[in-house]
Amino acid sequence: MGFYLVQFLTGLSDASALFLVACGLSLIFGVLRIVNLAHGSFYMLGAYIAFSLIAYLPQGAFFFWTGILLAALIVGLVGVILEVFLLRRLYSAPELFILFATFGVVLMVQDLSRWLFGAEDILGQMAPGLEGSIDIMGTLLPQYDIALIVIAPLILVGLWLLLNRTRWGILVRAATEDREMSSALGVNQTWLFTTVFFLGSCLAGLGGAVQLPKGGANLLMDLNMIAAAFVIVVVGGMGSIPGAYLASVIIGQLNSFGVLIFPQSTLFLMFLAMAVVLTIRPHGLFGEIEAEEHAAAQTAGTVLKPASKKVRLLGLILLILIFVLPVFVGQFTLVLMTEIALFALVSMSLYFLMTGGMVTFGHAAFFGGGAYSAALLVHHLQTPMELAIFFAPLAVGLLALIIGWFCVRLSGVYFAILTLAFAQICWSVVFQWAEFTGGDDGLLTIWPSKWASEKIVFYYLTMVLCIGGILLLRFFIFTPFGYTMRACRDSALRVDSIGINLRRHQWLAFAIAGVFAGLAGGVYVFSKGSVFPDEMAIPRSFDFLFMVLLGGVETLFGPVAGSAAYTWLHDKIARFDFWQLAIGCIFIFLVVAFPRGIAGSVHNRFGKFFED
Amino acid sequence: MKNTKIVRSAIWALLLLLIAGILIFWFSFKPDVFTGNTIKIGEIQTYSKLTVFTFPYRNGWQLALEEINNAGGVNGKKIEVISRDDQGKPGEAVKVAEELFSKDKVVLMFGSFLSNVGLAVTDFAKRNKILYIAAEPLSDAVVWAKGNRYTFRLRPSTYMQAAMLAEGAAKMPAKRWATIAPNYAYGKDAVASFKKILKAKRPDVKFVAEQWPALFKINAGAEIQALADAKPEAVYNVTFASDLAKFVREGKLRGFFKNVSMVSLLTGEPEYLDPLKAEAPEGWLVTGYPWYDIKTPAHSKFVEAYQKKFDDYPRTGSIVGYNAMYTVYHVLKKAGSTDTEKLVEAMEGLSFDSIVGPVTYRKIDHQSTMGAYVGKTALKDGKGVMVAWRYADGKDYLPSDAEVMKLRPQ
Repeated sequence: MGFYLVQFLTGLSDASALFLVACGLSLIFGVLRIVNLAHGSFYMLGAYIAFSLIAYLPQGAFFFWTGILLAALIVGLVGVILEVFLLRRLYSAPELFILFATFGVVLMVQDLSRWLFGAEDILGQMAPGLEGSIDIMGTLLPQYDIALIVIAPLILVGLWLLLNRTRWGILVRAATEDREMSSALGVNQTWLFTTVFFLGSCLAGLGGAVQLPKGGANLLMDLNMIAAAFVIVVVGGMGSIPGAYLASVIIGQLNSFGVLIFPQSTLFLMFLAMAVVLTIRPHGLFGEIEAEEHAAAQTAGTVLKPASKKVRLLGLILLILIFVLPVFVGQFTLVLMTEIALFALVSMSLYFLMTGGMVTFGHAAFFGGGAYSAALLVHHLQTPMELAIFFAPLAVGLLALIIGWFCVRLSGVYFAILTLAFAQICWSVVFQWAEFTGGDDGLLTIWPSKWASEKIVFYYLTMVLCIGGILLLRFFIFTPFGYTMRACRDSALRVDSIGINLRRHQWLAFAIAGVFAGLAGGVYVFSKGSVFPDEMAIPRSFDFLFMVLLGGVETLFGPVAGSAAYTWLHDKIARFDFWQLAIGCIFIFLVVAFPRGIAGSVHNRFGKFFED
Repeated sequence: MKNTKIVRSAIWALLLLLIAGILIFWFSFKPDVFTGNTIKIGEIQTYSKLTVFTFPYRNGWQLALEEINNAGGVNGKKIEVISRDDQGKPGEAVKVAEELFSKDKVVLMFGSFLSNVGLAVTDFAKRNKILYIAAEPLSDAVVWAKGNRYTFRLRPSTYMQAAMLAEGAAKMPAKRWATIAPNYAYGKDAVASFKKILKAKRPDVKFVAEQWPALFKINAGAEIQALADAKPEAVYNVTFASDLAKFVREGKLRGFFKNVSMVSLLTGEPEYLDPLKAEAPEGWLVTGYPWYDIKTPAHSKFVEAYQKKFDDYPRTGSIVGYNAMYTVYHVLKKAGSTDTEKLVEAMEGLSFDSIVGPVTYRKIDHQSTMGAYVGKTALKDGKGVMVAWRYADGKDYLPSDAEVMKLRPQ
């Protein structure tokens, strides 16, 4: 009995730690409508800063808690700096850009923390006065767990009072409910956003600081936490603080009791719970369906047009260049070009989805899915390369149909996060089902057939498949189906009222995108000779989003230009120490200075010339 | 009118072609600045992440490289190392390896830390017939299941280190054992090997519980409770880094370690033991590296040079890096050539006296016999140290030749 009680209390204290981080994220999302990836970085900063402060301040319980609160405040101020100098410039830009910018911040904070605090893991200080344990029916429970169990509901009540009993809270709730209306009524949005962001960042910092006695600070904690925090926010309902608490408790208990029954599938369990909740309640436990959901606003005003003659000519030149390239360059450039072409196809398929208003955060599941389908066929059934490449897209198409069925019922950020959840499920299956997929040791020796084993031959094979795929996707975009997709993006209401089945179109588009991403994945595995779970992980999904964004979302050539630029940039920059800092800066600079991306900027500058 | 348009387009097209051509030319034919009289060696490692492990390792090989080149290099040439980051991603590592061999023309390659990166490069080496010395990856598969002619591994493998601990564990009275290990290949290998060896030595031993926390996401409180519920007499731990810190702290608070004997893989390595400071566990049987206590002349000289150059003390990674560089030196000297096939032949059975003891790269499975230090943890001046340690020579902890033949594809 004591054992189960302690297990329950342990789960509750874990839930508290999760809640502190998640509630800030939920608050920021509710009001600002931005997906703040840097929230995990604030959590990490909170831990590092609190550790340094506590080490600097005199000993004792008073100074310990002062240190923790100070750290939270400092992190809040860092949040304000970020909001005022960066995010404020981007509120009018599509959601994706903010995501992009905050991910840039994640990379920068990573390297800055390494530089400031060192790379070694830090073990946090114990809380003075709470160093012992208490005996519950023969089982020991650390005193600090009790403190955590108490802290979270206190914060919950405090936030509730703040939101429901103060003028500021009323304004925040008004903005959560209807941003345009509250703005029209003369509420100072700028000020409101800054304060909300401050509070949210404070809470993240507090979350990082109070977990010190349970763990410490290390450079991996930001990304380790952010996925869990998102799960909680989405399960609880975005913007709902009580929802976040309930979700934290569910996830905390699931982890706590899950280890008794399924010690091997801890990763899987959390995302499975999320998928189940979102299938039953698409907007989370306490989430409400908004009156008018903004699909990720890609409608920047440019209408996609079929290529003019000049652009076609340019394309032809590019094709010729690609064709004659192997004569001029060495083997490594061919390898790099192969990679660029494959990524271009994936980004194009992602872009294809975006034209339908669907920004997915889980595209790596399709890319990696294709790679794994091909690799598994070769590994278990000794399938020849040609067949494996043929079956990979089909398998992924099927996967996309299944995932799509769940996802297309949602839109905007909910859609994005649900795709992320499914991608994580795929990833954890691949990662933890080692008997079948090789786990993190991956699948090796997946080399091309003999005729294609020369680098040059494989280069041509890749080019044929990728260029074919890209052109086919282009073709789809200008079919009636493609126009319908853009209609779905621009006005769901009108599409519905003229009798188009929006869901079915989106579902089909999802599957098509999956097929092409799967094709790229299938070829990719043969170019590398092996496949590993990280091809399916979250960073991969973001890589593809970056490529599209870097290229520009307004032109059809964007994804291709983006993947070329991204791959090349990555290859050059990754040779330096602290390259994450550099690449983070570049991302932020690009988002602020060139929101239209490479192809978009070129189009702006030279667009007139290329018109017929 | 129409004609001028076509002509203009054609001119534009030609111009673009020209520019593109120049660009491609410029990027691909960058003249080799100065090849000089050096032997180029490729090196990949996860320098952008896991810096706690990889920077001491880099210090190690850089120190060795300096010593080698100051003494005149090898075969009359200096060694030049082209060092690259693999970002901890196998796909990236393969790309970098490709570049090192096809563009930089290195004669052989060493490095990598993560097992999956090591395995990816192992496979790459086999396909492209290039010599790869896996410095740090622990995975048994590098030399056994996925072993090949072109891959050699320096560091004592998961199996070897587990065998060293199982030997001590078999002498303990405990019969009820539990295990906790991160849920990925390294953790699984480490538990499987330990179970197998311990069972062989002590058929009366029972494994009563196991926990598999996700890597760096340990749920320490809950998992310790679950282990304690099975009432084990001894626990075999494979968690490390931040997971280990949480495990140790929660375990102490929950009185978990009071009545169990602990056996723990790698915990004695300064990389893992030092962050625990005064909370370092006491009396655990561990493998590690007590650099402060090793007084052999070769090792003392190494520590002194290391501290002088880097103003820091060596970690386990440092001796691995140092020995990896000397492996390169000795194989180049023995082969007297940079031809891969000759280098591979020289690697098989290559022996030299390293700072920790004699090291031989076995012909049968390409595993080196570099050993590890086995001892008990203790607290000294507010930090964890290893006491009552001994050097376990790797050659004593490998399976019989017949077994190895079965494990390794022929």
